[in-house]
Amino acid sequence: MTATLEPELGRARKRKEDARLITGRTRWTDNLTLPGMLHLAMLRSPVAHGNITAIDVEAAKRSPGVITVLTGRDLADEQGSLPTAWPITPDMKSPAHPSIAVDGVKFAGEIVVAVVARSDAEARDALDLIEVDYDDLPVVLDMEAALAEGADLVHPDLGTNRSALWVFDSGEVGSGGDVEDAIRDSEVVVKRRFRQQRLIPAFMEPRSVVMDPTGEQFTLWSSTQVPHIVRVMMALTLGVPEHKLRVIAPDVGGGFGGKLQFHPEEVLTFLVARRLGKPVKWTESRSESLVSGHHGRDQIQDITISANSDGTVTGLKVELMADMGAYLGLVTPGVPVLGAFMFNAIYKIPAYHFACTNVFTNKTWTDAYRGAGRPEATFGIERIMDELAVELAMEPLELREKNWISHEEFPYTTVSTLTYDSGNYEAATAKAKELFDYDGLRAEQRRRRESEDPVQLGIGISTFTEMCGLAPSRVLGSLSYGAGGWEHASIRMLPTGKVEVITGATPHGQGHETAWSQIVSDQLGVAFEDVEVLHGDTQISHKGMDTYGSRSLVVGGIAVVKAAEKVVEKARTVAAHMLEASEDDLEYERGRFTVKGTDKGTTVADVALAVFAAHDLPDGVEPSLDSDATFDPENFSFPHGTHLCATEVDTETGEVSIRQYVCVDDIGIVVNPVIVEGQIHGGLAQGIAQALYEEAVYDESGTLVTGTLADYLVPSAVDLPHFVTDRTETPSTTNPLGVKGVGEAGTIAATPAVVNAVLDAVRHLGVTDIQMPTTPQRVWRAINSARGEVKADAAGATEAAAGGGLGSIDANSDNGGGAR
Amino acid sequence: MIPAAFDYVAPTSIDDALEALRSAGDEAKVLGGGQSLLPVLRLRLAAPTTVVDLSKVSELRGLRDDGDEIVIGAMTTHHDVTRDPLVAEHAELIAAATRTVADPQIRHRGTFGGALVHADPAGDLLAPAVALDAEMVIAGSTGRRTVPASEFFVDFFTTAVAPDEILVEVRIPKHTGWGAHYEKFNRVAQAWSIVAVAAAVRTEGGSIAEARVALTNMASTPVRATGVEQALVGQRATEEAIRAAAQHAAEGTSPTTDGNADADYREHLARVLTGRAIATAAGVGS
Repeated sequence: MTATLEPELGRARKRKEDARLITGRTRWTDNLTLPGMLHLAMLRSPVAHGNITAIDVEAAKRSPGVITVLTGRDLADEQGSLPTAWPITPDMKSPAHPSIAVDGVKFAGEIVVAVVARSDAEARDALDLIEVDYDDLPVVLDMEAALAEGADLVHPDLGTNRSALWVFDSGEVGSGGDVEDAIRDSEVVVKRRFRQQRLIPAFMEPRSVVMDPTGEQFTLWSSTQVPHIVRVMMALTLGVPEHKLRVIAPDVGGGFGGKLQFHPEEVLTFLVARRLGKPVKWTESRSESLVSGHHGRDQIQDITISANSDGTVTGLKVELMADMGAYLGLVTPGVPVLGAFMFNAIYKIPAYHFACTNVFTNKTWTDAYRGAGRPEATFGIERIMDELAVELAMEPLELREKNWISHEEFPYTTVSTLTYDSGNYEAATAKAKELFDYDGLRAEQRRRRESEDPVQLGIGISTFTEMCGLAPSRVLGSLSYGAGGWEHASIRMLPTGKVEVITGATPHGQGHETAWSQIVSDQLGVAFEDVEVLHGDTQISHKGMDTYGSRSLVVGGIAVVKAAEKVVEKARTVAAHMLEASEDDLEYERGRFTVKGTDKGTTVADVALAVFAAHDLPDGVEPSLDSDATFDPENFSFPHGTHLCATEVDTETGEVSIRQYVCVDDIGIVVNPVIVEGQIHGGLAQGIAQALYEEAVYDESGTLVTGTLADYLVPSAVDLPHFVTDRTETPSTTNPLGVKGVGEAGTIAATPAVVNAVLDAVRHLGVTDIQMPTTPQRVWRAINSARGEVKADAAGATEAAAGGGLGSIDANSDNGGGAR
Repeated sequence: MIPAAFDYVAPTSIDDALEALRSAGDEAKVLGGGQSLLPVLRLRLAAPTTVVDLSKVSELRGLRDDGDEIVIGAMTTHHDVTRDPLVAEHAELIAAATRTVADPQIRHRGTFGGALVHADPAGDLLAPAVALDAEMVIAGSTGRRTVPASEFFVDFFTTAVAPDEILVEVRIPKHTGWGAHYEKFNRVAQAWSIVAVAAAVRTEGGSIAEARVALTNMASTPVRATGVEQALVGQRATEEAIRAAAQHAAEGTSPTTDGNADADYREHLARVLTGRAIATAAGVGS
């Protein structure tokens, strides 16, 4: 039977989990209903910074169905402080982070009162009956102003808005020269300021938490990426004994880093349920999600690059300000620091300096969002490479080629001290150019410029790499990260030949169940359908580090391989006994042991049945093939790719449309090309969204004005172009499958490719920068400003880029227009 | 996203609906397709005591030919408007604008009359109704009255329909053989218009005999671009003539500045988009 199985690695299987996920007939947290369950709703602060002077909850307490109403004072003694797992410097300033405000609020959206009622509607109704008085305090919104002498403070007890300064210097470390020397001695120096606007993860399934205190253990369901981390953090923060706590992430509808968090609502749902002795559910509305789930990006990047006149880059200096928002979340401080290793990208840069200042403001706290530090860095370097090309009057692809690591030079240790194991930037770029018709589009661009066509064409380039597989525990330790980066897997061989795979990498839409089944099918010679992948429950998957940091395949997937190898080794001993042969005489391939030179053989499945019976096992062999493995890789993996984007810019309206998008990604060996394609398409959508559509906008009082999905413009399929995707395949040399993981390829590469293309279309008109998202109005103003027709900030820095809202209804006001 | 509690009634006739509104008083809201009312209720921007759902009033649905006019029932869905041969033949401008409304799901729920009575100046159906000189038939306790589109829209979210009245149907003069185009400018497909232009023209022997132009989201109500219309009539249908006429597009408008666009940009867009809308309607240029 095993002989007829096709190899699974590389097979374009449809995902086995999709039917139930897409139809929604599955185990979303909000679908859970427990006997006697109560519902929790949160009243959130409309004020960005203020002291709470009075809270009147009497009317709410009398409201129908209400069980209890709790303020910060009621929970102050037991709520602890939400933890930060990444203290990036020894002197990092970290404020107390309450789940529910006690004395005052630091951002609009912070929880002030919690209401528990018999139904979700009754809980929601009661919120309207609560009166909270605030003494307004000055609001800190701008990072530069926050760092200025005498600035108003977000946390007066810290004495500063500067959380930390993290520095890497190649001269000091010895991985390169001194960047100031390089800048002084170079023929060309280009300095630019780029702005990474604030984004909102906007996962599809809103967050939801259910806590059941009625069993021997507390059971907490949460729509989270990280059930294992939530369990540990719950124990550390609240003092709950870890063995008395079970955390379950059932099916989870997206996260993008937004659910890589231990959040206030998890704490409060737990505390309220424990206090009442009854199951409690909290599910957020979309508006709540946008204002209170953590945000991402939000950096100001000052970048200086130096080069010789032939285009050889001599130095790179990066000075960042990163907006933490009001508090530090699980990995908030470390997100911009991850970029330190990615600004040098695929280039040989002799001298490098990176300094990141983390700043507090009265805004929703930031944390990981798709790519987490890597897209920001890639944007910075790919934008400045285009600026340098303009300065040098060089073709931008030639400039890149002159400076990138050539394929003969791998393994290559970069100026930021990472060792890239493999890559072939030449091959990916050549393929992309051909698919794109690079030369043809350049010719069309010239024609349009010469004819002064109202619609101009621009070409944007992004040649990128990323560090995938957030792991090597040693490396994480050296960065003061609060945990290791290993991953765990177990394999259980069932008597009927079926296989259960337990993974510590908790999926939230990626397709682990399919990919892990394919890997195990190949390793153990069992049918794809005969593999069941279990995950997301700390009582089933007792050990894990979960899913984020582009780590699932290259860490969790390899752990599965290692566990399978152990199963095979155990089975070999029993198979040799069954076949009356020496273990050394057995050959193993895809589930079948054969005695060398004979046609005698048996399968792992047959061995599993023999082990189950255990009637005739070799002496000293335990009756089990079950195995587990915990894998901690030696290095990151480094997928790379070349993305080319052609945009048409309507110079009369400023409208940008993507004419052609080609990406050639090298992610090493591929487990399932359909999953890869899906991951890249989704990533491109989010990368393009940052370039053209999305921005979390605050008004001067600190209110999030993009508080609905009518204002925060997440593009849909109809807004996006056809993607031409292709791959080159340079295997990773650091793991047995040769995989690198698809990571955040699309998200990382697309943003600079699109913005470079927009600028390339209007550069000849005198435009030098357009702030993201490059809205039609910003593009139009930039063109006018360059032509000297309108006095306006060329980068449009003064305008917001909110969407249109609900037509003319201001959804963020308390008394919007009527509607018939 | 749970609305405040309200009473719900679903009458099956216009008379019953009017009676329901009368007895509910000032705090009642009429529910058409729910594409505007439901978000507002769920955000708790409105909290009516009673919602009168018209979806079971079958006499409010459907389209018919009535001599020189076509008549569209207020509860006719956008989807049905876009598929109707009468609209395609006699009021293509209405169909063109309706096709740009949001997405298929919304067009299957949202209603023609509901969109008009909601009276959001960023909505897409107001300007075409004004451009084609539609007439709104309103039912109330004292019978029916007819209000021309030019007087129907009073302000943001405010129309000639009183709280105890219902829009029954819209009568649109036939514009058979006219060229029409709705030029919509927004940032993503499902967003409301930043600015849009509804244009219909009748050409005779290469010249523009008649023109109807109205603007979306350039004031608190839809704006008839009379300056553009006057400049077009009698002109040869050429790109130059159209572009010159379109320069009048922002006259008499008072666009807002919001997070989506500034007023001066909207005025600029009005001129550019008006030129494009008329050119397409007249079949001029690429």
